[in-house]
Amino acid sequence: MSELKSFKLPDVGEGLTEAEVVSWHVKVGDVVAVNDVICEIETAKSLVELPSPFAGRVEALLVPEGEVTPVGTEIIRIATGSADSVGSVEEPDSASEPEVNPAPLVGSGPKADAVKRRARKFPLAGVTTEAPVPASANGDVSSSSARPLAKPPVRKAAKDLGIDLAEVMATGVRGEVTKKDLLSHQEQRSSGASVQQAASGRSASSGQASPGQRIERIPVKGVRKATATAVAHSAFTAPHVSIFLDVDATRTMEFVARLKASRDFAGIRVSPLLIVARAVIWAAQRNPGVNASWTDDEILVKHFVNLGIAAATPRGLMVPNIKDAQNLSLKELAVAIGELTATAREGKTQPAQMSEGTLTITNIGALGLDTGTPILNRGEVAILAFGTIKQKPWVVDGAVVPRWITTLGGSFDHRVVDGDLSARFLTDVAAILEEPALLLD
Amino acid sequence: MAEVHLPTTEFEEADAAHGNQHGVTDEPNADAEPMVSLLSVEGELTRDETYSPYLDALSAEELLSFYSDMATVRRFDQEATALQRQGELAMWVPMTGQEGAQIGSGRASKPADYIFPTYREHGVALTRGLDLSLLLRQFRGVSNAGWDPRETNFHMYTLVLAAQTLHAVGYAMGMARDVAAGLAEAAATIAYFGDGASSEGDVHESMVFAASYQAPVVFFCQNNRWAISVPFEVQSKVPLVRRAGGYGFPGIRVDGNDVLAVYAVTQWALEHARSGKGPVLIEADTYRLGAHTTADDPTKYRDRAQEDAWRLKDPLLRLEKYLRSLGLADDEFFAKVSAVGDELAAHVRAAVVTMSAKDIGASFANVYATAHPLIAEESAWQRAYEASFADAEGVAE
Repeated sequence: MSELKSFKLPDVGEGLTEAEVVSWHVKVGDVVAVNDVICEIETAKSLVELPSPFAGRVEALLVPEGEVTPVGTEIIRIATGSADSVGSVEEPDSASEPEVNPAPLVGSGPKADAVKRRARKFPLAGVTTEAPVPASANGDVSSSSARPLAKPPVRKAAKDLGIDLAEVMATGVRGEVTKKDLLSHQEQRSSGASVQQAASGRSASSGQASPGQRIERIPVKGVRKATATAVAHSAFTAPHVSIFLDVDATRTMEFVARLKASRDFAGIRVSPLLIVARAVIWAAQRNPGVNASWTDDEILVKHFVNLGIAAATPRGLMVPNIKDAQNLSLKELAVAIGELTATAREGKTQPAQMSEGTLTITNIGALGLDTGTPILNRGEVAILAFGTIKQKPWVVDGAVVPRWITTLGGSFDHRVVDGDLSARFLTDVAAILEEPALLLD
Repeated sequence: MAEVHLPTTEFEEADAAHGNQHGVTDEPNADAEPMVSLLSVEGELTRDETYSPYLDALSAEELLSFYSDMATVRRFDQEATALQRQGELAMWVPMTGQEGAQIGSGRASKPADYIFPTYREHGVALTRGLDLSLLLRQFRGVSNAGWDPRETNFHMYTLVLAAQTLHAVGYAMGMARDVAAGLAEAAATIAYFGDGASSEGDVHESMVFAASYQAPVVFFCQNNRWAISVPFEVQSKVPLVRRAGGYGFPGIRVDGNDVLAVYAVTQWALEHARSGKGPVLIEADTYRLGAHTTADDPTKYRDRAQEDAWRLKDPLLRLEKYLRSLGLADDEFFAKVSAVGDELAAHVRAAVVTMSAKDIGASFANVYATAHPLIAEESAWQRAYEASFADAEGVAE
């Protein structure tokens, strides 16, 4: 004689109201013993494995993976009793259901979209203070654990304002969203610039398109979301001005070739980017106004260069920076760039490596592009776009000769940098590319 | 016989060279803090002039029971954690990893000694003969305590951090007066606390009073390295044991995962306290392998590598190696211990699921000896409040 027992989602923390079933470890028909792990759930606090309270055979899984479920909801039914009798349970719905994912919710019949249902965007008042993180249907643990950090008063304020903290650019020392971040986000939102719209303009390439699907839906999360928030914030708060300059970089190419051949640089990666980096540091020291921040009340001019290099990484766009790059010799700078790009390519860039940048280079030449109008890295007022270097016809002393030509592009925050300053900065960079020996100056 | 083992001269002479011997530190030592460790990770026993005699007095059965106690409480801890995950307990405070410190110190105590635990001393509770299912009453929310402390001299769990250290000192001062008045045999209290609680003011106050009154109290600190998410290094720049020197009583640092060393050191400290020589601080170096409570997730604040390194120092493994090397225990013994643990787990599970809270009326009834208008008013309000949930689901339980 068997008995059908149901297990309700417990509060595994203190005062939690809901949790997401990240993955089921059992399926209908499995025989479980007391304390066998049946599923893994994620609460606002942690990932937790739930042990079975009953011994018996799994008769029904009542909650799909990825679903945020209120505490107290029945999640599993187990037929207890002797092994040979557990099959004869008089529960037509659950007993006949073979697989977990399409399993109907109790009493509601089949629901085609049950698995894809997303967590609600904003919590109901009085239910919880956290906005549940939408989890992918396949129960991707790492993505769902990226809950934005914030102190309770900020969470409360975000809830009151109806703002999802995950959308707010965090500037706190531990990467937490501060009250100031929240307010600037709110200001920006009320000024009509919808971060959501801007951020979803281009979708990432991850995600699967099923055949016949004309529109693919890709959840905005992780680095994509952070990038979207950051560029939208930058684009809509800093008035961008972009300028361009064609440069004869032939001597840079010769210099790079000499460095590569030199014994001193043996084993160190040397590229034209190194010379551009050195040129940018040099030009920034001659024109400190481009190495600055805008704070509404003050302009903070930095007398050090934390040089950011925008990098395409497996996790998306990252802008790690080299701290105090002005103190590095050419060789040290080469090593630092090598390490920075290698770390970024492995996807191991740490948050600290991306914070406190003062000036950025985006090496769009590596993407085969001549130039572009980059968006400023947040908190900075200048960014340099370094395009391809190609042999082109060039007029030297009245004769057309093939030379190595590149285009420098730059975007500047016009609140801080006026036309003449941006021009002086860009021409200084160009001067080094035309004659790297000026670095000896 | 026990008197012979008291290394009293070490504190009377109080020179640094002597003081640091046997891990007894009344002088700060810069780098490696001495630590009493008798049973190595490989299960090899070393000899110590001061502490080994306590082990010499142990019978084979007692040695075996040290192991079975540790294994039993670990199994209990697993079951209680599972019960919390199954919604049967509001929360649970796991102790896995600290079996050596708890069983070793608990077994050193005598029935007349009085234990003031934190909320994690499940192993000590076992050594005091408490039915462990009673511990769960508080965590199920059906009782403020769950047992009568007078039956086992094991005080109720104190959830207010470090508050029990004050209680332990006050109780010990009372014990000393009883002994002086010829009303009781010499006994001591043990005040358990953790590295996190050591940062609380209560610990300081209790140590000042204990020293001033030479109270018979042993301060037993399980330094499990983590105050929830705060690592010990953040809380103290020096080993905790050195604080004893500042208060003027001996401090001993012991390998908390060495159940035999903990047993011997605690025996020494209790004898010191009972004999009227005043308090002792023991810092047991151990590690909480699980979460602070079931409400936190240690993977968010510490490295897996650190946990793995401590798993190698498991208190059960090294005693198992030792017992096997002596030929005292075979597979049959360990299977039996495992079965006893499962039996206890089943008993605890069966007990917990049937525990239900007393009527709220009992709480009101015990405030005043006779009827009181304010209590009547508050009681009526509570009834009305509860009645307002009548149609809500799940409140009936």
